[in-house]
Amino acid sequence: MTVDLTIALPEIVMATGAMTLLMLGAWGGGDAQRHTVTTGAALLMLLVAALVATINTGERTAFTGAFVDDGFARFAKVLILLASAVMLLLGRSYLERRGILRFEYPVLIVLATLGMMLMVSSGGLIPLYVALELQSLSLYVVAAINRDSARSTEAGLKYFVLGALSSGLLLYGASLVYGYTGTTAFDGIAAVVEVEGVSPGLTFGLVFLCAGLAFKVSAAPFHMWTPDVYEGSPTPVTAFFATAPKVAAGVLFARVLYDGFIDAAAAWQQVLVFVAVASMFLGAVAAIGQSNLKRLLAYSSIGHMGYALVGLAAGTPAGAGSLLVYLVIYSVMNIGTFAFVLSMERDGQPTTAIEDLAGLSQRAPAQALGLAILMFSLAGLPPMVGFFAKFFVFKAAVDAGLAALAVAGAIASVISAYYYLNIVRLMYLAEPGRLLTVNAGPIQQTVLVGSAVLMAAGWLPFLGGFGLPDAAEAAAASLLR
Amino acid sequence: MTDLPLLTLVLIIPALGALILLGFLQGDDEAANGNAKRLGLLVTLFTLVLSIPLAAGFDPGDPGFQFVEDGVWFAGLGYKLGVDGISLPFVLLTTFFFPLTIAASWHVEHRVKEYIAAFLLLETLVIGVFVSLDMVLFYLFFEGGLIPMFLIIGIWGGKERIYAAFKFFLYTLLGSLLMLVAMLYMYFDAGTTDIVALLNHQFSYEEFDILGWQIVGGAQTLMWLAFFASFAVKMPMWPVHTWLPDAHVQAPTAGSVILAAILLKMGGYGFLRFSLPMFPVASELMQDFVFFLSVVAIIYTSLVALMQEDIKKLVAYSSVAHMGFVTLGIFAANQQGVDGAIFQMISHGFISGALFLLVGVVYDRMHTREIAAYGGLAERMPIYAAVMMLFTFGNVGLPGTSGFVGEFLTMMGAFQESTWTVFGAATGIILSAGYALWLFRRVVLGQLIKQSLQSIQDMDGREEAIIAPLVVLTLLFGVYPSLATEFFGPSVAALIDSVTAAQETAYAEGVFGDPVTLTELEE
Repeated sequence: MTVDLTIALPEIVMATGAMTLLMLGAWGGGDAQRHTVTTGAALLMLLVAALVATINTGERTAFTGAFVDDGFARFAKVLILLASAVMLLLGRSYLERRGILRFEYPVLIVLATLGMMLMVSSGGLIPLYVALELQSLSLYVVAAINRDSARSTEAGLKYFVLGALSSGLLLYGASLVYGYTGTTAFDGIAAVVEVEGVSPGLTFGLVFLCAGLAFKVSAAPFHMWTPDVYEGSPTPVTAFFATAPKVAAGVLFARVLYDGFIDAAAAWQQVLVFVAVASMFLGAVAAIGQSNLKRLLAYSSIGHMGYALVGLAAGTPAGAGSLLVYLVIYSVMNIGTFAFVLSMERDGQPTTAIEDLAGLSQRAPAQALGLAILMFSLAGLPPMVGFFAKFFVFKAAVDAGLAALAVAGAIASVISAYYYLNIVRLMYLAEPGRLLTVNAGPIQQTVLVGSAVLMAAGWLPFLGGFGLPDAAEAAAASLLR
Repeated sequence: MTDLPLLTLVLIIPALGALILLGFLQGDDEAANGNAKRLGLLVTLFTLVLSIPLAAGFDPGDPGFQFVEDGVWFAGLGYKLGVDGISLPFVLLTTFFFPLTIAASWHVEHRVKEYIAAFLLLETLVIGVFVSLDMVLFYLFFEGGLIPMFLIIGIWGGKERIYAAFKFFLYTLLGSLLMLVAMLYMYFDAGTTDIVALLNHQFSYEEFDILGWQIVGGAQTLMWLAFFASFAVKMPMWPVHTWLPDAHVQAPTAGSVILAAILLKMGGYGFLRFSLPMFPVASELMQDFVFFLSVVAIIYTSLVALMQEDIKKLVAYSSVAHMGFVTLGIFAANQQGVDGAIFQMISHGFISGALFLLVGVVYDRMHTREIAAYGGLAERMPIYAAVMMLFTFGNVGLPGTSGFVGEFLTMMGAFQESTWTVFGAATGIILSAGYALWLFRRVVLGQLIKQSLQSIQDMDGREEAIIAPLVVLTLLFGVYPSLATEFFGPSVAALIDSVTAAQETAYAEGVFGDPVTLTELEE
C-alpha cells in the first residue's frame, strides 16, 4: 500500500526541520548561533503555515485513517503555527537579557508545535495520545528551561506530575471506549455509537476522556496547575502556553467530540456545560484577588476557555465555528498582552506585579492605551473585537437551546470585567507609584500595537471581519459532515 | 445631497477627530491644550452643521425610516443606519449638546488631549445608538459608550471618582449583558438582526413553565424583562438608580451634562425602539409594574432630593424623578403618552443640562457644591440669578417652559390607563416645586452674607454663550410645542397603531384573562 505523503507534508517538513535545528544548535557555539536557531525556527513555522494554507484542499486521510487533513485541521494549524512563530520572536530579547537563550528552547517549541499539528489532525485515539504526549513532553521541559531558577523547575515538575495524571485519565477513558466500541478510530466509534447508542461503560470512558482533555485546555475543575505553571515559567514560555497549546487542545476537544461522539451529544453536553460554567465563574472570581499579572492572566485564560467551551457545548456546526473564532480572537489578545508583559521592567529586572502598572498612562501613553484596549477586549466589551468572540459563542449556545448557559456566561463576564477594569484603573486613574519601565523592543512594540489596533478596529464594517467568521464556518462545516 | 451617506458622516467625524487628536497632536503645553480644545470644538460644530441637512431633509409626514444606508457587515449582520421621527430628535439633541459641553470644559487643564478625545469618541458612540438599524450594531454602540464615560468619570471626576466609575460601569454592564442574551434569542427566533424586520416580526407570547413557574406572556415576557434590566438601569428607574447620583456628583461638569442630557435618553429610546413595539403584549402585561416603579421613582426621589446638601446630587435625583414621567408616558402606550415621553426627554435634556452647567459655573468659582456654602448670589450675579430662575421653573414644570408640556402630556396619556398613577405622579410635581424652589431660595435669594462670596463674578461671555441657546429652546418649546410634536408625531402614531393592533389580538385571544374585544375594553 502506498501512502500519499503530500497529505502530511507540512508535518514532515516540521519534523525534519526540528532535527536540522537541533544539529545546528548542538554543533554551534555562541549567542549568534542561538539567535539563528530561534529565528530559523520561527521562519520554519511561518513557512509551514503558508504550506498548510496553500498545499492541500478538500478532505483526505493518510496512514489508514490515523491522520486526517481537513479544513478544520488546516484552520487550526495555521493559527497554531502563526501564534508559535510570533511568540518565539517575541520572547527572544527577554530570554537573551536573562541569559537563558538556549538553543533547545526553539527546538522544543518546534517539536511541541509539531505535536499540536498532529493533535488537530488525529483520526483516532492512538494518534491523539501520541500527538498529545509529543506536545506535552516538550512543554514540560520548556516550562523548566530556566534551570537555575527554583520556580521554573518547580513549574516544570508540577506540570509534569499533573500532566501525567491527566494523561492517565485520558488513556483510561480511551481504553474503556475501545473496550465498548471495539475500535480506536473516530469514524469507527461514531458508527458504533450511531447504531448501538451509548452504553454506560462508554459514557464512563467518555467522561474520562473529557476530563483528560479539560485538563489540557485548563478548564475548571482541572485547572489547578495553570496559575502555578504560568507564574513559575519564564514569561516567554508562559506567553506560549497561553496561546498555541490552548488552541490545539480546544480544537482537539472538538475533534474528539464531533468526529467520534456526535451521536452521544446528550451524554457529553452536560459535562461540557458544567465544565464551561465552572471555568467561567472560577476564572472570573479567582482572578479578582491576584496581585501578579501572570497569575491573573492564568485565571483569565481559564475563564476564556470556559467561554470557548460554551461554543463547543452547543454541539452544532455553528458551535464549532464559534469555537474557532473565539480561539483566534483569544490568541490575538493574549499575544498582544504578553508582548506588553514581556517588556515590563523595574530597575532592569522583569516584574509582573500588577500594582507596578500604577500611573503608566502618564509615562508610556501609547503602551498604556494599547494594553487598555486589550483589557477591554478581553473583558468582551463592545466595540472591541473581544465582544464578537463572546457574541458568536453565546449565539451558538442560544441557537442550540442553551440560553441558560449564555445567561451564566453573561453574569460571569460582568464579574470578570471588574479585574480587567482594575488594570485600566491602575494605569489611568491611579497616581504613578513605583517606576515601571516599558523596555519594549521593536518586535514587542509592533505586536502590541498591531494586536491593539486589530482589537479596536477589526469590527469596522468595511473590513468585513477579515473574512474570519466565514472561514471559521467553512472550516467547521468540514468537521461535521 | 441625497447621495451623501450623511448618517455615516455624522457618525464617524467625531471619531476621526479623536483619532487625529490622539495620533497627531503632540506636546503637553498650554498651546497644545488650547489646540486640542479648539479642534474638539471645531469637530463637534462641524458635526452639528452636518446634522442640519438631516433635519431639513427629513420628511415628518413619513413614519418610516429615512436616510437609510444598508450595507453588509459580516456573519449575517448588517451595517444598517437610518432615522425616523423618534430617533432623529435624539440625534439632533446629541450633535447640539456636544459643542456646548466642549465649550463648557474650557478651563480643564488636566490631560486635555485625552479628555477631548474621550468626548469625541463618546459622541460617535451615542449617535451610533440612535441611528443603528441593526440590533448588534445598536448593542455595540450602546455598550461602547461605557468605556469613554468610565474614563471621563474616573480621570476627571471628584474625590470618590473611582468608586463612582466602577459602580456606573458594572451596574450598566450587568443589565446590558442580559439584554444581549435576549437579542441572541431574537436573532435565533426571527433569523435577522435588522431592526426594521424585527419590528414586523411577531414574537411568541404563548405561556410556558420554567421550573414550575408559569410565565404569562411567554418568550415576550422574558425578553421584555431582559431588555428592561438594561434600559431601566440606563434610564435610570427606581430602584436601580443609585449609580446616577454617584456618577453625577463625581463627573466633571461636561460629563454630568452629557450624562443627564443625552446618555439617560438611551434608556428611553431603547424602550421606544425595542420593548414597546417588539414586545407589545409583554408591555401591556407589565404596564402596572412599570407604572408602580415610575410613581415610586417620582415621589421617592423627589423626597430624597429635598434632603440633599449637594446641589449636583439634588439635580441628579430630580433627573430620576423626571425620568419617571418618561417611563409613565412610554408604557401608557398611547399617542399623548409617548409624545409626552419623547418631549419630556428632550426638554429634560435642555433643562437638566442647563442646571448642571449652572452648577458648574459656581463650582468653577467656589470649588464647592454644597448648598450651605451659597446664598444671596442674586446680589452679585444678576444674570446668573435670572437664568437659574428660568431653569428652576422649567424643572418644576411651570407652563411656558418646555418642562410643563412633557409632564402634562405624559400624565394625560397615563390618565387614560390608570387614574391613581397620575394622582401619585401629580404629587411628585408638588414635591418638585418644593425642592427646586427651596434650592433656588437657598442659593440665589436672600442676603449675601458669606465672606467668600463677596467677590464672586457674574457669568462671563463664554458662559452666557453656552447657556443662551438652552434658554431660547426651553422657552420656544414651552410656548410652541407642536414644533417638536409634529416632527415625531407620525412615527409615534405608526408605533402606537402596531402596538395597539397586537394588544387587541392578544386581548381577543384571552392572554390577559377572559377574551374581550376592544369595544368591551373601552367601556
